[in-house]
Amino acid sequence: MRGVIYVLSALAVVALGFWAYQENYSTQQSLRDVRQLYARIGAAHARLGMLNAEWAYLNRPDRLRDLADLNFDRLGLLPLRPEAFGQIEQVGFPPEMLPPIMNPVEVSSAFMNTDEEPL
Amino acid sequence: MIRRPLRPLARILKARDHGENPDAIERENLRLRHEEVRDRARSRAEGRLLVLGGFFFIAFSAIALKMGGMAGAPAEEPRAADSGNPIIAQRADITDRKGRILATNLDTYALYAQPPQMIDPARSAAELVRIFPELDEQELLEDFAGPRKFLWIRKQISPEQRQAVHDIGDPGLLFGPREMRIYPNGPIASHILGGASYGREGVSSAEVIGVAGVERRFDAYLRDPANEGAPLQLSLDLTVQSAVEEVLLGGMNLLNARGAAAVLMEAKTGEIVAMASLPDFDPNNRPRPLIKGSPADSPLFNRMVQGVYELGSVFKIFTVAQGLEMGLIQPSTMIDTKGPMTWGRFRIRDFHDYGPQLSATDVIVESSNIGTSRIALMFGAQKQREFLGRLGMLEPTEVEMVEAPTGKPLLPAQWSEISTMTISYGHGLSVTPLHLAAGYATLANGGIKVTPTLLHNANRAPGERVVSEQTAAATRAMLRAVVSRGTASLGDVEGYEVGGKTGTADKPKENGGGYYKDKVISTFAGMFPATDPEYVFVVTFDEPVETTGSIPRRTAGWTAVPVASEMIRRTAPLLGLRPQVEGAPIEGISLAAN
Repeated sequence: MRGVIYVLSALAVVALGFWAYQENYSTQQSLRDVRQLYARIGAAHARLGMLNAEWAYLNRPDRLRDLADLNFDRLGLLPLRPEAFGQIEQVGFPPEMLPPIMNPVEVSSAFMNTDEEPL
Repeated sequence: MIRRPLRPLARILKARDHGENPDAIERENLRLRHEEVRDRARSRAEGRLLVLGGFFFIAFSAIALKMGGMAGAPAEEPRAADSGNPIIAQRADITDRKGRILATNLDTYALYAQPPQMIDPARSAAELVRIFPELDEQELLEDFAGPRKFLWIRKQISPEQRQAVHDIGDPGLLFGPREMRIYPNGPIASHILGGASYGREGVSSAEVIGVAGVERRFDAYLRDPANEGAPLQLSLDLTVQSAVEEVLLGGMNLLNARGAAAVLMEAKTGEIVAMASLPDFDPNNRPRPLIKGSPADSPLFNRMVQGVYELGSVFKIFTVAQGLEMGLIQPSTMIDTKGPMTWGRFRIRDFHDYGPQLSATDVIVESSNIGTSRIALMFGAQKQREFLGRLGMLEPTEVEMVEAPTGKPLLPAQWSEISTMTISYGHGLSVTPLHLAAGYATLANGGIKVTPTLLHNANRAPGERVVSEQTAAATRAMLRAVVSRGTASLGDVEGYEVGGKTGTADKPKENGGGYYKDKVISTFAGMFPATDPEYVFVVTFDEPVETTGSIPRRTAGWTAVPVASEMIRRTAPLLGLRPQVEGAPIEGISLAAN
């Protein structure tokens, strides 16, 4: 009986040792992954910062104003003025289409012979 | 194991036959047995010693191997946990109220040299001067040949320049990573942003510190890693700011002014939507402060926040507001305006003669100095000082810029009765245009004090009440009348119901002794729409002159007012304000898209 207990506890120690070893290494691996992720996030941040700065630089008001002036022929862009606000009645809607004719009324003149001379 | 008897019978009997002592045989056998036991114990002990020695050998070898490995490998701290994201530790961006970038960082490099490692200093110096023409070859050569082990060559270089330096191929020319502050919009909002430069510098990094404006005021916040890179959001609107600066620059050029300043502020919250001061500068390349002469001549000078001026008649509305608030006058009360008014050796005159009397409203509309002096005399110096103090006119503004405390109002040394009278129409008390905007915002906000701020959606305690709702409404009606039928008639922007007051103040001579006759500060301060103000503005010009007429005109009605009206025409639609027919909203207008 004692022998069995000794063997079992020895096995338990070995198993625990194995588990601790695995945990240790998986933790270290996770730390390495996290560090790598941070490095990638950092690179993405740097890239994003650069792109944002470039976007802001390309969209700086002075440049947009100059571009609007240069391309006035094609785009006709003007600064927004109070006159740009309008009323809904000023909008030119397309004319409404006539509804389909449900009860056609036959008009006799429609069948008149066009060759006949009008009276 | 065969156990041998100590007294084997055969040998004993044989020994007895020969007459020998059989005990000798027993002793002999005992000795042999002992020897055998001893040999066995020794060999076992030797074996154990060997095993133990082996263990020690392995253990020490393992330690030695580990130490050798550690000595050979690059140093790395053992980590049990990872710290935060390191990249977020850089200086935070500054954005406008819609998140558009006003200031951000770029990664760049600094160039330094370690002369002991240089192979061909002469060629390197020549090549460096070719890349950076502003360097001096002779000085570089002296530095490279001298005892110095380290010297900075350039603080910031572009990627092209870096490649060119790489191409020189000298191992003594090295690069340190740098973070560079850039302002992508150039001079727009330059005075507010200020600028940045390097603090402590090392090879692998350098501190970026703010030197002026919000960059310096919020330096600690911008550098705080606990914010995790969250940007500092200002209340500015980049589009509106740009439009204001464009209109102001146009106005300044047309009017040949020395300088100009404008602010546009939300009336209810005090958030500054646009604030400009001209001439301005490019914060990417901040000029050095002037060493001699007046600091006001430098483009670094912020006229809106730092410049204190006697702003003139724009102050009259505060005098009338106080009279109304104390119940001394009503808008229709007739005030004696017969001039000139003499007080001791002083004479107070009006621009024109407005006849014997005017109503309080017309005192504002016609801008009568005598009228406001009479009103100010009703309440006296002490009350005037208290009232202006409650409006915040006696202390520097609390706007979040490091320059704000330098815009300290200049009070008269002795607040006498004549001071009371001159202050009633804006002379004798110098404040910044931003003070004025805050005062007008207080009237626009129904009498509750407004403190200007540059932060968007900051949680701030509501201000105290300075004047009643009725008084504020009455002053707004007067300001509206100034624009609809008074001195600021050029400022009427159809549909936006502008209300405001002009002010044209002669500039005091720098060395004392009176005022210039042909140099003025002209100001237009006001709000729109006047019945329920959303925005407050101040436009001010330094030494403007309008020369389209037969005689040069300098009054604000001809200088500041047209520029302000153009500014409103440009910015109000950008701020989402729809022009209204005054009096009643139009039926049938609906918001189609926002």
